[in-house]
Amino acid sequence: MPGSTRVFGMTSILRSASGVVGVALTGAFTLLAVLAHVVAPTDPFASVGSSLTPPSRAHTFGTDDLGRDVFSGIVHGTRTSLTVMLAVVAIASILGVGVGAVAGYRGGGVDDLLMRGTEAVQIVPRFFLAVIVIALFGPGLDRVVLVLGLTSWPAIARVVRAETLSLVRREFVDAAHALGATTWRIVFRHVLPNALPTALVVISLNAASVILLEAGLGFIGLGDPRSISLGYLANNAQRFMRIAWWMTLFPGAAIALAVLGLNLVGDALSDLADPRRRRSGLPRPGA
Amino acid sequence: MSARYLLRRLAQLVPAVAGIVLVAFVIIHVAPGDPVLALAGQHGDVAYYAFMRAKFGLNRPLPEQLVVYAANVVRGDLGTSYVHGRPVVAVVLERLPATLLLMTTSLLASSLAGIALGVTAARRADRTADLLVRFAALVGYATPSFWLAQIAALTLALGTGLFPVQGISDARQAWTGWRYVGDVVHHLALPALVLAANELALTTRLVRAGVLDALTTDYIRTARAKGLPEPAVVRHALRNALLPVVTVIGGRIGMLFTGAVLVETVFAWPGLGLLLLSSIQTRDTPVLLALFLLVSLAVILTNVITDLTYAWLDPRIRYD
Repeated sequence: MPGSTRVFGMTSILRSASGVVGVALTGAFTLLAVLAHVVAPTDPFASVGSSLTPPSRAHTFGTDDLGRDVFSGIVHGTRTSLTVMLAVVAIASILGVGVGAVAGYRGGGVDDLLMRGTEAVQIVPRFFLAVIVIALFGPGLDRVVLVLGLTSWPAIARVVRAETLSLVRREFVDAAHALGATTWRIVFRHVLPNALPTALVVISLNAASVILLEAGLGFIGLGDPRSISLGYLANNAQRFMRIAWWMTLFPGAAIALAVLGLNLVGDALSDLADPRRRRSGLPRPGA
Repeated sequence: MSARYLLRRLAQLVPAVAGIVLVAFVIIHVAPGDPVLALAGQHGDVAYYAFMRAKFGLNRPLPEQLVVYAANVVRGDLGTSYVHGRPVVAVVLERLPATLLLMTTSLLASSLAGIALGVTAARRADRTADLLVRFAALVGYATPSFWLAQIAALTLALGTGLFPVQGISDARQAWTGWRYVGDVVHHLALPALVLAANELALTTRLVRAGVLDALTTDYIRTARAKGLPEPAVVRHALRNALLPVVTVIGGRIGMLFTGAVLVETVFAWPGLGLLLLSSIQTRDTPVLLALFLLVSLAVILTNVITDLTYAWLDPRIRYD
């Protein structure tokens, strides 16, 4: 990007092993979610075989108590999971980057006020807030997205603020000022692109936690009954744990792999954003 | 740590608690459904509805209702459970000890094991032991607690029969004294280990990174140059490495409650998690609100304790 000072290109994430595995896992899940109707054409709610049959050629991950295909449930559950995650991450990122950039750039009283607000939101236990909202308003993906989106931004705001605070004191920002650049231009062309790597670390870890929270809500029976979810599958498996291990094993494994992928991406990004923290390159003391 | 800092930190509790109470109040009032219709039925007469509204203060202006609600919350009056027919606070407090036992055991186990594993990994950086620990930590951190609980129940409890599958004690035996304690510990082992897994993974990673950072500092080089034995050197490094660990563990109390609720559900551990689950199924909203307020309060108090611990651990920090 001409006129700005980017720390690294996004492809350099593929230079580390964790980056490769993380991107591969995340990519695979995204693909599975997008192509859910191609990979598993049958309705995940439809009864397609006899109930509680172990994994077989016809049903790779077996069938559940109502004869529904567990594989199809996982594929479509992945779609639900990723949809919720993307929507939450979008809301949280816009709020977090906005609040963080304003607080860091303006400083002073505005910064104080915004950071007090950020700390206040950070207190709210997301899972328990989601529980009462769903209990009082009824189940639905929209309210899950709204509750998690409106409560997941503080961590993002804090790192964007910290980055912005240090970036606005740099010489290239002074130079941009001297050249007559507007505040908007400085923030969007010079500050935010440089704050992005650190923000992305927090955003990817946040995405992982959202997948876990959505699954947790589904697991205690608060998922949207209209769309199948990985948490619902795990919840349903609970009653048949003694006789149908496949119902327990596969949905949870899918969640774990999706979360692992996002965590690995976060790790790789964090190495890129702050190369000093990459340990392997440093001489080992006392070795 | 000055008394002034302590007082100021405690004063910050007030707006935090007020904020949480406000959130609960707003949600109750925005929620669909009229409590009067629920109590008096759909086809009551208008005068009776008005009487009910006046009786419960629902005809007062919203700010006034908020003040009354906040005063009730502060007094510990969170209403009556629809299902249990008793004060909500009593119902919740009855279940709290089981959850606290589960959480403290997990936290203790994950902190001690996390420090041990983190130090081991840092001292063998990039060797087999380190790679194994790092891999296990990554997997442990990504695993949903309820799934790990299910897998543990499936293999270690149902498979080997070494551990009980459900509950806090054996209902068929009326143990007393030490035999009862032993029975509870036997039931506690699996849920506590499962709940500890996520925290253990995180603590291990933080301790490893912290010790590695500290081992490159000048004071460690000085300590080594003086001929200090290696265990003492590591102890030096560990003290600084533990600072971020304290902050992160303190900041995860809400997540730990969430994990406890999910793990309890799998193992039928009779704490707040089972209460939450049954209250969802019976639509006992006063209990759910009380749980939200309780966990929020726990988060707020833990934040204060974390800050104080941090100041105590790091003598360089002098807030004033």
